[in-house]
Amino acid sequence: MAPRDDAWREELRQALSARDRSAIARVVMPALDPAYRITCNEEVNRGLDREQAVIEATRCLDCPDPQCITGCPVSINIPGFIKNIQRGDLHSAIAVIKATSALPAVCGRVCPQEKQCESRCIYNKMKKEPVAIGYLERFAADTARNEAATDAKAAPTQREASNGIKVAVAGSGPAGLSFAGEMARRGFDVTVFEALHEIGGVLKYGIPEFRLPNSVVDAELDSLRAMGVRFVTDTIIGKTLSLDDLLADGFKGIFVASGAGLPRFMGIPGENLIGVMSSNEYLTRINLMSAGRGGMTPVASGRRVAVIGGGNTAMDSVRTARRMGAERAMIIYRRGLDEMPARAEEVRHAIEEGVEFITLATPVEYLGDERGHVTAMKIQRMTLGEPDESGRRSPVPIEGAVDTIEVDEVIGSVGVSPNPLIPSSVEGLEVTRRGTIAVNEAMQSSLPVIFAGGDIVRGGATVILAMGDGRRAAASMSD
Amino acid sequence: MNKIVEKEYFSERVVKLVVEAPLIARSRRPGHFVIVRCGDNGERIPLTIADADIKAGTITLVVQAVGASTEAICALRPGDCLTDVAGPLGRATDVSRCGTVVCCGGGVGVAPLLPIIKAMKASGNRVISVLAARNKDLIILEDQVREASDEVIIMTDDGSSGRKGLVTDGVEEVLRREHVDKVVTIGPAIMMKFVSLLTKRYDVPTICSLNTIMVDGTGMCGGCRVTVGGKMRFVCVDGPEFDAHQVDFDEMMMRMKAYN
Repeated sequence: MAPRDDAWREELRQALSARDRSAIARVVMPALDPAYRITCNEEVNRGLDREQAVIEATRCLDCPDPQCITGCPVSINIPGFIKNIQRGDLHSAIAVIKATSALPAVCGRVCPQEKQCESRCIYNKMKKEPVAIGYLERFAADTARNEAATDAKAAPTQREASNGIKVAVAGSGPAGLSFAGEMARRGFDVTVFEALHEIGGVLKYGIPEFRLPNSVVDAELDSLRAMGVRFVTDTIIGKTLSLDDLLADGFKGIFVASGAGLPRFMGIPGENLIGVMSSNEYLTRINLMSAGRGGMTPVASGRRVAVIGGGNTAMDSVRTARRMGAERAMIIYRRGLDEMPARAEEVRHAIEEGVEFITLATPVEYLGDERGHVTAMKIQRMTLGEPDESGRRSPVPIEGAVDTIEVDEVIGSVGVSPNPLIPSSVEGLEVTRRGTIAVNEAMQSSLPVIFAGGDIVRGGATVILAMGDGRRAAASMSD
Repeated sequence: MNKIVEKEYFSERVVKLVVEAPLIARSRRPGHFVIVRCGDNGERIPLTIADADIKAGTITLVVQAVGASTEAICALRPGDCLTDVAGPLGRATDVSRCGTVVCCGGGVGVAPLLPIIKAMKASGNRVISVLAARNKDLIILEDQVREASDEVIIMTDDGSSGRKGLVTDGVEEVLRREHVDKVVTIGPAIMMKFVSLLTKRYDVPTICSLNTIMVDGTGMCGGCRVTVGGKMRFVCVDGPEFDAHQVDFDEMMMRMKAYN
């Protein structure tokens, strides 16, 4: 689709010299004002308009050997869709993306492009800012979605004739949805079982609306429904329905994408005080259950909130705390700002929103009042030592450097273990020492009928890696 | 959506609901719980399954109105629907034959205790049930418990039914009198704590079933964590049943007041 040697692409390359194209400055994503956005839950990034998108698309040099594609876990034909944006053919642009990605509007928002596609852009070698591939992906997806909403003729994603073969998916997060989309496209009869009452997994309970609106996720779900994918909520595979039940119901293959489960705790004194919780609990209460926003589920709204960790989930939590009214919202991270695994954009947005970053510090104890509510935390100051196996310099405690900070809410965001429900309830399923489901290259488990992907296999990764797993599992299961 | 097919008031604030949930009815075992939600803005509430009818495709839940969400559930009428029922969750009770088992329950705790009493009896145990409540009107499921038990002791705070005293008085009477192989206790945390302290003195293995604060109930939020034998455990996936002698009840009771 959209081959590089098509005449129109050759024309675009000839129309403006590489020198002129590379002279164009990278587009700046329009965003809500920080003072306003912490008063609400509205999406911070507003998206490019058509003119901005075409100019940004013009920057792309349409390289003969595009490295950006190799940086994409689902191998989107990036120059192919960008050049279609440049020539104004948005239908083709989105078709190119959808050929390999089931959730373009989601990925355009939450993928760490700076570590993937954009990190391989030729512009980096030229000491220039890479093409804003993520912004353009989002633009293509949003435009297509808005047009589909107003234009009944908008073509649904192409799918092959039904082959009548039933396959089941456990979990409706990014891995499950990506798998479902791929299999439906190949003509399979797909049913997705979700344990919670909402479809979308981490896209709904985890990622806040200010980064990924639910309406965007719902639109992606609708396009999967239009392809014939069925969704069943409140159904826990391994509990409500066993593997044998599914086989007896005629399912020929099962993709387990049950995601991350148990939050990790640090094992320090005071961790069970009231007001100390995991980011999974905090975000689920607010995002899934609308706690503090009209839902019946309660949530603590601290004035001084400390979030432990430096990943995207930590940023989502601390930025949510600001929006829930925290006067002081702090990130406590054991390494430095440069070592933080969170997306650069999330860190920048958090800083703009008044989040304090207390780096090179780790909690060693939580203190509480007589009712068991957390009131303060002791933090150990750290310094950076030798690089560890991840290549990052490891934090080392500075002897005697312990400070006390007053807090009334602490949100731990220090990782998760795989969800234990399916590994513990399906007999004969091989599980790794870390509790993840063991799979081969083809994403197939020790039970040939079961494939698995996403966090249940990786232990904790990104939306796009989960989607890549779903796609790979679909390719091998359908063979 | 799960339809309510039958409703019975056990007392003013305690309601029995028979709910359509054919898949759960088929797969549940004694000790399992479900997560229930009432209304689109409703909380996810964990409720232990009191009974199930595979043929009718129903499960039985006993709900005590203690807050806005449980009040909304108790106000539902036959024909109304629960917005969501998900389960069965948790690990099933070990009901294997061990000899003489004392099953003691307080208040609505008797509801989840009933299937355990039945299963303990069915596996060949001698079952002595001790039911306790503040007064006669709050004793629930007495007939069903009698039917499944070898002996039943009723304890009320005011002596309006059975004998006057606490559940621990009834349990201790049995422990003094004969050899007991296992005690199962379900009820308010404070009750389970004192049963546990008592049976520890008599060195009788004791199982308790915990009903902590939960959000998802599927091993994701960590809100239900308790300290058991000095280790952090999760009620939703590691429990809900634990060795009562190892449970830190004081911490659990403190945590249950998080939103009071």
